[in-house]
Amino acid sequence: MGAVPDIDLTRRRRVGERLIRGALLACGVLSIGVTLGILASLATETIEFFRTVSPIDYLTGTRWAPTFTPSDFGVLPLVSATLLITAIAAAVAFPLGLGAAIYLSEYATSRVRRVIKPTLEVLAGIPTVVFGYFALTFVTPDVLQPLIPGTRIFNALSGGLVVGVMIIPLVASISEDAMRAVPWSLREAAYGMGATRRTVATRVVLPAALSGVAAAFSLALSRAIGETMIVAIAAGLNPNLSPDPRQGMATMTAYIVQVSLGDTPFGSIEYKTIYALGTTLFVMTLALNVVSYRFVKRFRERYE
Amino acid sequence: MVTNERERVEVRIATRRSESPAPRTGESVFRLQRVTVAYAEREAIRDITLDVPANQITAIIGPSGSGKSTLIRVLNRMNDLIPSAHVSGKVIYHGQDLYEPAVDPVEVRRRIGMVFQKPNPFPKSIYENVAFGLRVKGMTDGLDGRVEQALRAAALWDEVKSDLRKNAYELSGGQQQRLCIARAIAVEPDTILMDEPASALDPIATQRIEDLMFELKDQYSIVIVTHNMQQAARVSDMTAFLTVEVSEEGDRRTGVLAEYDRTEVIFTNPSDPRTEAYITGRFG
Amino acid sequence: MTSLAGTVRGPLATGRRIERSPRALVFHALLLVCLLVGLVTLLTLLVDVLRDGVGRLSGEFLTRLDSRLPSRAGIKPALVGTAWLMGLVALISFPVGVGAAVYLEEFAPHNRFTSFIEVNVANLAAVPSIIYGLLGLAVFVRFMSLGRSILAGALTLVLLILPIIIVASREALRAVPDSIRQGALAVGATGWQTVWHQTLPAALPGSLTGMILGLSRAVGETAPLITLGALTYVNFVPTDPLDRFTAMPIQIFNWVSRPQTEFQHTAAAGIILLLGVLLVMNAVAVYLRNRYERRW
Repeated sequence: MGAVPDIDLTRRRRVGERLIRGALLACGVLSIGVTLGILASLATETIEFFRTVSPIDYLTGTRWAPTFTPSDFGVLPLVSATLLITAIAAAVAFPLGLGAAIYLSEYATSRVRRVIKPTLEVLAGIPTVVFGYFALTFVTPDVLQPLIPGTRIFNALSGGLVVGVMIIPLVASISEDAMRAVPWSLREAAYGMGATRRTVATRVVLPAALSGVAAAFSLALSRAIGETMIVAIAAGLNPNLSPDPRQGMATMTAYIVQVSLGDTPFGSIEYKTIYALGTTLFVMTLALNVVSYRFVKRFRERYE
Repeated sequence: MVTNERERVEVRIATRRSESPAPRTGESVFRLQRVTVAYAEREAIRDITLDVPANQITAIIGPSGSGKSTLIRVLNRMNDLIPSAHVSGKVIYHGQDLYEPAVDPVEVRRRIGMVFQKPNPFPKSIYENVAFGLRVKGMTDGLDGRVEQALRAAALWDEVKSDLRKNAYELSGGQQQRLCIARAIAVEPDTILMDEPASALDPIATQRIEDLMFELKDQYSIVIVTHNMQQAARVSDMTAFLTVEVSEEGDRRTGVLAEYDRTEVIFTNPSDPRTEAYITGRFG
Repeated sequence: MTSLAGTVRGPLATGRRIERSPRALVFHALLLVCLLVGLVTLLTLLVDVLRDGVGRLSGEFLTRLDSRLPSRAGIKPALVGTAWLMGLVALISFPVGVGAAVYLEEFAPHNRFTSFIEVNVANLAAVPSIIYGLLGLAVFVRFMSLGRSILAGALTLVLLILPIIIVASREALRAVPDSIRQGALAVGATGWQTVWHQTLPAALPGSLTGMILGLSRAVGETAPLITLGALTYVNFVPTDPLDRFTAMPIQIFNWVSRPQTEFQHTAAAGIILLLGVLLVMNAVAVYLRNRYERRW
């Protein structure tokens, strides 16, 4: 070895390397393409839709019957169904999920956690069709109909309750993460003053983890609004503007399914309606996701 | 066996001291000219000028924060991996400035190997660790032979030859470090950089690494960073002493070259008072 | 911060006396109830499904096509459809997802564009799955003229689960210590050589686990496929990626929607099968994780 004569250190072309890096970049940028695709496909058909239907009629109309004559394009029945079911789901998931989170964070031993957490993950992994089946064949006939007279076979209550149970793991895990991230020193100070576990959990940890919990709630709402199969099966596919949860009513998502089950030629009015609904859905869930993200940021700023 | 080794080493040091070879003039492997490295706005080392002689062991010593690691990484363009790093000045290697835009850092790193402070073998077999460099450089003719040669040169062959498929993580720290040396040697560099190669090892393993360095000197030029002055004194032919200069406001610390000379001179008769203060232990 | 809750039991816990107050007990009980509602529901669901469906399970169920008669209805087309879908999804989503993760972790500069991509991926993970169906309908079925085919369905599902794979692969890549990369680069390997030979193999178990999780999600997805036109009554077995198709969850949905109560039993049998598939997938994921994931 020793002294080597003039050697070649010039840059090699390495075409293969550059091609591969280009392919990787393409993969990385693909996600932007997906978002643009979603926006474009929703927007183009929705704009078309609003050429035939006035936005005022859409947003304020109380009858949704696009395929009838005369046709009506009032989205309120669908939106109200979505909101009613979401409200019921929230009424179930928020307290139960939060309670579970408090228990796991402040009360449970690691042994208990090792059993409970995977079980919650199993609950989260069950396909929504299965939950829908459960709502229609068990919750409605064996729980709701005996207890609440006037409950129809398709009803919003069953859908809402089951959607609520489905999102308990979501609320629980995000809230629990937020609570566990609260520094031990805060708890220590409270225990040092003789506070009970209950007080520490509710007066110290929970307020400190509040923005994390808010993030969990917003995300759960977003999930409930976007849920399709459970509500399509349990609450039915027929639009119905009613505050009565014992009745069946189609949500925005369920209606999209109903249309898709039939024959929808491209460019027909039905085809456009599902995109208009899709846009409405997208806007609602996007708003909630952004809100949730802001809460997460606020939480992270404080504790990380 | 241990005592014999120690005797051997002591004899070797005594012999080395009496011979006191001067660097072969005109044969520098690196010529640094006013090299400055800054991370964003902060200069880590400034205005380093020195020639590293070929086929010698050159040590870089100095207190922590004096930029020793930064300096050694200038030599194989490893600072490129840090996005905010900016290198100015020249590093002439075989007649070319390593930092010219036309120079390929990947080629540079093949020719100038590096061994790190904490041994970092790949999570693969011993064989694959050494073969990796050969494979990516297309030096796969007679692969088995090359692997064996590298392991022999790193004084590791006899210990691992019985099972080259063993996972490298099962070796001891010292063996892993020698494996890393074999890995570097396999691709036929002419220089080996060692950033505190023995600081994570026990004294016996350290000794073996130092012995290895003497053996490798014939074929390679070696630059070593060490915070252990005795090691520098034992092992190196030339020593560069970096010291920390603090800015007037007291917030910026930059490494500068205080003195660079033959090892015996640095340790017995330094010209710079900062060098003397360091080696006599008054600071650092 | 792993065992904070456990340490509450130690000396810092308040005295037993106070813990036994009725208020504390009621609170503790309420919390347990919260936990148990979910668990009890899960159990009830499983028992209900098993009870309803186990009688229907048989070899014939697996090999028959669908039928108007509940006793003759089989799940074969749906099984084959799901198998096709999962195969295509795995084949396409793994390289793309891992590729995106590799790009983001190993090659992307730390600038605003990269952060933008990351936020985008996080956002996409929270978009309702039915919207992916609308996307697939417009882009794959209509624009790319793939028709209402298995391929269109698979591509749509790929987009749906891509965020899951990307996140899992990034974590796996991040876990690989930097010293490995430096060792490879110092020997004269290029960036890609380092990733391909050292970083990626080390991150493979984590990425595979991520993909299996993604597939578990995809296997149960119904809404996007219905939106894109998957059939609900299928009396043939698809043989080609451009064929029309159905999938297990869709078949289940169809059976549930039929008025005859016998079909509910058929649906339940389908559910048992679907849950069985999921169980196997998750078991494989857990096995992979335990056996191959390295603790650095």
